[in-house]
Amino acid sequence: MSYVPNTTAEQQEMLRAVGAETIEDVLAPIPEQVRLKRPLDLPPALPEPDIKRLMSRMAGQNADLDRYVSYLGAGSYEHILPSVVPHLVRRSEFYTSYTPYQPEISQGMLQAIYEYQTMVCQITGMDVANASLYDGSTAVVEAALLAVGAAGTGDVLVSRALDPQYRATLRTYAWSRGFTIKEIALEDGATSVAALEAALTPQTKAVIIQHPNFFGSLEDVRAIERLVRTTNALYVVAFTEPASLGVLAAPGDYGADIVAGEGQSLGSPIGYGGPALGVFASRSAFVRRLPGRLVGKTVDDRGQTGYVLTLQTREQHIRRERATSNICTNQALLALAATIYLAALGKSGFRELGEQCLLKAHYAQERITAIPGFRPLFARPFFDEFAVTTPLPAKELNAMLRSRDIVGGYDLSRDYPELGDAMLFCVTETRTREDIDTLAAALEDIAGGSR
Amino acid sequence: MSTETLIFEKGAPGRVAATLPLLDVPTRPLDELVPADLLRSEPAPLPEVSEIEVVRHYTHLSQRNFGVDSGFYPLGSCTMKYNPKLNEDIAGLPGFARLHPLQADGDTQGAIQLVYELEGYLAEISGMRRVTLQPAAGAHGEITGLMIIKAYQEHRGEGHRNVVLIPDGAHGTNPASAALAGYVTVELKSNARGGVDLAHLEEVLASQEGKIAALMMTNPNTLGLFDPNILEIARRVHDAGGQLYYDGANANAILGIARPGDMGFDVVHFNLHKTCSTPHGGGGPGAGPVGVAEHLLPYIPGPLPAKGADGYYWEDAGPLSIGRVRANCGNFLILVRAYTYLRFHGPDGLRHVSDSAVLNANYVMRALQDDYHLWFDQPCMHEFVFSADWQKRGDVHALDIAKRLLDFGIHPPTIYFPLIVPEALMIEPTETETRETLDNFIAVMRQIAHEAKENPTIILEAPHDTVVGRLDQTLAARKPDLRWQPEPVEPVAARV
Repeated sequence: MSYVPNTTAEQQEMLRAVGAETIEDVLAPIPEQVRLKRPLDLPPALPEPDIKRLMSRMAGQNADLDRYVSYLGAGSYEHILPSVVPHLVRRSEFYTSYTPYQPEISQGMLQAIYEYQTMVCQITGMDVANASLYDGSTAVVEAALLAVGAAGTGDVLVSRALDPQYRATLRTYAWSRGFTIKEIALEDGATSVAALEAALTPQTKAVIIQHPNFFGSLEDVRAIERLVRTTNALYVVAFTEPASLGVLAAPGDYGADIVAGEGQSLGSPIGYGGPALGVFASRSAFVRRLPGRLVGKTVDDRGQTGYVLTLQTREQHIRRERATSNICTNQALLALAATIYLAALGKSGFRELGEQCLLKAHYAQERITAIPGFRPLFARPFFDEFAVTTPLPAKELNAMLRSRDIVGGYDLSRDYPELGDAMLFCVTETRTREDIDTLAAALEDIAGGSR
Repeated sequence: MSTETLIFEKGAPGRVAATLPLLDVPTRPLDELVPADLLRSEPAPLPEVSEIEVVRHYTHLSQRNFGVDSGFYPLGSCTMKYNPKLNEDIAGLPGFARLHPLQADGDTQGAIQLVYELEGYLAEISGMRRVTLQPAAGAHGEITGLMIIKAYQEHRGEGHRNVVLIPDGAHGTNPASAALAGYVTVELKSNARGGVDLAHLEEVLASQEGKIAALMMTNPNTLGLFDPNILEIARRVHDAGGQLYYDGANANAILGIARPGDMGFDVVHFNLHKTCSTPHGGGGPGAGPVGVAEHLLPYIPGPLPAKGADGYYWEDAGPLSIGRVRANCGNFLILVRAYTYLRFHGPDGLRHVSDSAVLNANYVMRALQDDYHLWFDQPCMHEFVFSADWQKRGDVHALDIAKRLLDFGIHPPTIYFPLIVPEALMIEPTETETRETLDNFIAVMRQIAHEAKENPTIILEAPHDTVVGRLDQTLAARKPDLRWQPEPVEPVAARV
């Protein structure tokens, strides 16, 4: 089975047209010694209806979020998905197109990306945004790479409250490129300003924090900015929860040089973590050093407005080994989804999104921390995630919640064993008061049983 | 000819499209919960548009875009084959689309199984030991593969190897990835038949003795030519202590016919958005899995899917692993599409894909070789490269031919790449096109060749039928306008 339309008879005629008898004649350039002399050892072909049955069964093996109420965040977030978003993203003129290298027939995607770049600037308060990177973790890597520059050396200071997977990704690239990562200790669940001050040196190329951080806590973003400004380091603010930008001060307002984060929850399915959307924005001073594609506005030979990929001399297909990044394929379709999502929510809806997350998470935090054994782990303000102590190991607690059809929070002991038995709960606008009350009742019941 | 205003120029204050859930918890002033200096003073200045405006706006934009579903897309090296609708439906199943990446293994058995089995299929197709599915794209795969090589050589006490060899016809991502991995690149010349020049290879291996880390190759290469000396190249690079990296951009030519592992490659990346038909999405997302030979296994990123007595689970990487190259397990919903594609085809179907892709390319190449300069006149694989230098004599360049094709509803080939062919037109028809589509393309290309001699003006002024004409790239780069800004409001004082 295949999607090859031409029949065997037609292919015979085509072979004759090129002076060949069989397909083997056409494949002659491939030497015998490297030929595979057996069929590939793969499962036999299945027609469409059979595949649908097979895949439905496989999908059914997963406890998806349509069937279970979840309190997992920790880098990936569930938000409402207005019906207009997937309907428009599924327009096949968008999703079956390639990178818009031929602008005359790609104005749709180019204009959408120009709108995306604008909206990213609007929500982050930055001057310029690129057309997307792979995900939040690699966006943070690109920020570090921009900061260390062509020399590729120096120190990058990273808060220990940056998502552990992001820190792991940074370590991989830092080793490869040759710069040093130094982690900054925490104090009450946020970057210790004192530890940061002590770590800053003339070799510091960038300071990377996450806000809200991995624990959902808010950082002392302005105090950190003042500290970073005493050096030549770049101030990089990472985010994993874009809904926070609906209510929290924009990074541009508190002096960020680069904003790098994860935008998947703006209109794309959570999808087991991918595809994701690497968001990257900066001050205008860095525009010619940005990684990845940029769309710019221009005019055509008739004086009409049009859009093109621009400043391409930064990119690999022109600059090769001197490019600002090796990225080629990006996450354009998710950027399109984010654009439509932000347009659909709009000025008031995006703010309301942030407000609902904040209010519902605080309602949940107060309900949960009223239960004996569940204390707030930190005293800091938070957005839509909060860490609490648990009266029994989080893993056991989650197993008990799961038997009640609830997917519990993130087990913090996996990445922060020093915190003891602790769990990170995420509550977005998608949770109802009834959901939260059910969770609180379950926790109360479980905690009572464990005493 | 037309323009479409920006979404920011539409709507009116107070309009909104999406509705949020009912707020059913007690409300209170936000500054009771968050210090005021951490709150936004004004909402982000996003558009204020109704649902019908959102729908019409983005529908209009889609109508100003050209995809594989719109027409023929012979964009060389990009494998713009048909994107099966079945794959989209499967990726949209809630059991795949609505999974949190941190859910317990026991709650994601189907997902881990899919990744586990897909890894196995890709290992079999490429002839490699294991495959990491983390990389999000081809270039991401390249940097991952090079880091694996770097870790392996460092562990063997050969961290001084800092040179990566790259043929002059290579994709731009190859040298860019090598530089990002901390390597120096040395360009290898092509020979008269478009393959690696063995004499030059020998020279470079000698002059860089002890420093060779790897050779990155695409085979078939970007000329669409299979390098028949591959085993000899592999032997020499290995003898020099280097590793052989396979850029899988052109894997659509060899499915079930030959395997990089059997050609001597140590690392392979796939572009699932090319070979396995997952849609390009206007630039992404893709997926760039990386396969490795046995000796490189300890260094690949983790976690990796595993199967035990209690089912499937994620196994952490070993102590020698390079670590993560991104968050989570990869572009999972792209992997779901690729898995569906491979199950639909089976071994015979995949072989038929490559046979047909090669046949279609040869069919078009032979039909047009009297009209366009076939730079390397030999049987091609899944793509081939013409030079427009015959047309250039009449002042018609590759770019002009590309623009003229737009008038016929055909996406142009890749132009000016590979760099080693002047005025390059790189054509990849793919296997999913009908003979009539190919014949129509041939007829159009012949007409353009004729116009180049008789009426070049019509080509030089092309395109004639697109929503915009040729765009001023110089202006765009000289005065970058990368975002919309509201018209500056005159200060109040000035108005009085």
